[in-house]
Amino acid sequence: MDRRSLFISLGAAAVVAGLSACSSGTQTTGDPGAGSSDEQNASSKPGGAGGDVGVFTWWADGSEKLGLEALQGVFKSEFPNDTFVNLAVAGGAGSNAKAKLAADLANNNPPDSFQGHAGAELLDYISKGQIVAVNDIIDALGGTGVFPESLLSKLTVKESIYSVPSNIHRANVVWTNTQLLAKAKITDTPANIAAWIADMDKLRSAGVATPLAVSGSWTQVQLLETVLLSDLGTEAYTGLFSGETTWDGPEVTKAVDNFGKLLSYANKASDGDDWPVATDMVIDGKAAYNVMGDWAVAQFADKKKEEGKDWGWFPVPGTDGTFDFLADSFTLPKGAKNPGGAKDWLTLVGGAAGQKAFSLAKGSIPARIDVPADEFPAYQQKAMESFKSDKIASSIAHGAAVNQAWLSDITTAVSKFYGGKDAAALIKDLTAAAEKNRG
Amino acid sequence: MRKIRTWLPGLLLVLPSIILIGVFVYGLIGQTINTSLLRTQDFVTDKITNPGGIANYTALLGSDRYQHALWNLLVLTVVFIVGTMIFGLLWAILLERGVFAEGIFRSIYLFPMAVSFIAAGVVWRWLLSPARDDQAVGLNQLFVQLGVPGLQSDWWSANSRMSMAAMAIPAIWQLSGYVMALFLAGFRGISADQREAARVDGATEFQLYRHVLFPQLSPVALSALIIVGHMSMKMFDLIYAIAGPNSYQAEVPATLMWIQLFPQGDPVAAATNAVIILVIVAILVVPYLVHTHRTEQRDG
Repeated sequence: MDRRSLFISLGAAAVVAGLSACSSGTQTTGDPGAGSSDEQNASSKPGGAGGDVGVFTWWADGSEKLGLEALQGVFKSEFPNDTFVNLAVAGGAGSNAKAKLAADLANNNPPDSFQGHAGAELLDYISKGQIVAVNDIIDALGGTGVFPESLLSKLTVKESIYSVPSNIHRANVVWTNTQLLAKAKITDTPANIAAWIADMDKLRSAGVATPLAVSGSWTQVQLLETVLLSDLGTEAYTGLFSGETTWDGPEVTKAVDNFGKLLSYANKASDGDDWPVATDMVIDGKAAYNVMGDWAVAQFADKKKEEGKDWGWFPVPGTDGTFDFLADSFTLPKGAKNPGGAKDWLTLVGGAAGQKAFSLAKGSIPARIDVPADEFPAYQQKAMESFKSDKIASSIAHGAAVNQAWLSDITTAVSKFYGGKDAAALIKDLTAAAEKNRG
Repeated sequence: MRKIRTWLPGLLLVLPSIILIGVFVYGLIGQTINTSLLRTQDFVTDKITNPGGIANYTALLGSDRYQHALWNLLVLTVVFIVGTMIFGLLWAILLERGVFAEGIFRSIYLFPMAVSFIAAGVVWRWLLSPARDDQAVGLNQLFVQLGVPGLQSDWWSANSRMSMAAMAIPAIWQLSGYVMALFLAGFRGISADQREAARVDGATEFQLYRHVLFPQLSPVALSALIIVGHMSMKMFDLIYAIAGPNSYQAEVPATLMWIQLFPQGDPVAAATNAVIILVIVAILVVPYLVHTHRTEQRDG
């Protein structure tokens, strides 16, 4: 018995290590598509530049997948020369996809176009020089004539625009269960957070144990952001990201205090839960309110619930007249293998026909203001109206206001607060996150 | 010439693996250590994001967040090791006693190991939901339906320093069967003569296990301890699947490393963290290898 058994035990350890490595999740990857390196501009060739166009998204499921398929259909008819290659990566509300994308970009193997939340989230790619400006495409699409100026200004970095917005969602919406509100005899829409909390007390005394539904960490970040928006007002809220408003001032303290109070009316959630868990509680009559982006409409429709009869909505109390926006957008990566095809794709994504088809399927609203509203469902018509007239604020939870690193720090701080409910610690963490990440 | 003939073929045989392991394991470990010592500055703001050198390590080890993650790791590892050892040994003893349809039970206990952590995590996220009473799902719902609502728990979402003990439950479920298989093999390796001799000498069943069988299982127990222990320290996928990417409550160094590398885009901090994880695992594994080596030289 010499060293053999040492080798055997080492071998066994290696096998086990191999097994545990195999058990980690695998991601679906697509071949980035070896398209021809056609440098021609999209507009110069009717029918498209030709070749494979690899488009990277995290739209692999549900209404998002339907939206992507709708876009794909329009793409095929408008640019018959191009072949659409779907490089979608599923899971984790985009976090898996972003990890895969970061690796591809770092290895100079970019897709021809990739999805990103418009706004600060793209700063990471811009500062690394991984995407190029698309001002020419925006101008060709109609520029400020078709996109709201307030939106374009939020996408502009040093006079350049780095992505083409495809669709818009609103984050500051409260979804309500009509029957539960009737049971508690609540008829008026609350004007501010304090009135809203008073309504929750009414619901409690009417026998609703959890008036408010919350879900995993990012949904709590979204709730916090709308409370901040309500207590600070749109200008001061926007100042949180430029440095004009401090994160440890009395308004933020008040908002954090309100946020803690709201959570005391909510169910117990687990950090890893996704948003439908909370929205379903409103649908099933287990909770009266849920703050969620307006993709929730698709969830209500899916469960065959009718607006007005089963559910209602109002902007988060105190934020009426402000549109807390997030937008999906598409980029032109530096070194894309088929830039001509990518420009065709961006032209389609920013065009009226593509935006209409996509938003009808996904349940969002077009980023363009010249798309006629009459074919959209009732909620979306209202949202399109508000988008034209409201003040625009950027969402934290969806990467419009802050970059990924900042968002990650805020989310962890909120997750910590959810456990310990320590308001002072949350304000300290939020302030530290701003100091660390603000440009 | 003759000398060359003795050592050269052997060397040629192992050379490819020496080169491959040298480059892809030790070379990359070296690269990671190198990265972890870098000094970085933000492009736009000129802020120093990593001071460089040993200060990278002291900054990370000194942060509240990392200490919280290390504490979570300690709780997870201790509960995980103790749990798998107890269940593994218990099942091995039951099967070793010669139960009816042993093969079926052995397979049943082993099957959880065949499920990947990420797939099991999706199910356990639901089973360990903290929702209660009429909203309860998973284990809490089971307790409500069984008429013992008092047993409902927040599981790993609890605001407690020991909450990671709940995260060990799915891991114990997955790996107890493996530890059982190790112990069972150990029991089977002991010749029947020894049991008979002990019984002839008048040993009770308890004394038989305590003084004859268990002492011979200690190498198996040590191997099981090392294998389970190092898996626990590197555990990422189960926690990511159950708690999501940004959970503070369930954060361990491995999940923090993911956050540092991807959302925070800070490879230097991630490399620093990775080296610390490597050192922690090495502290566990290296003494074991040295011990095994010495024992074998003594016995051999």
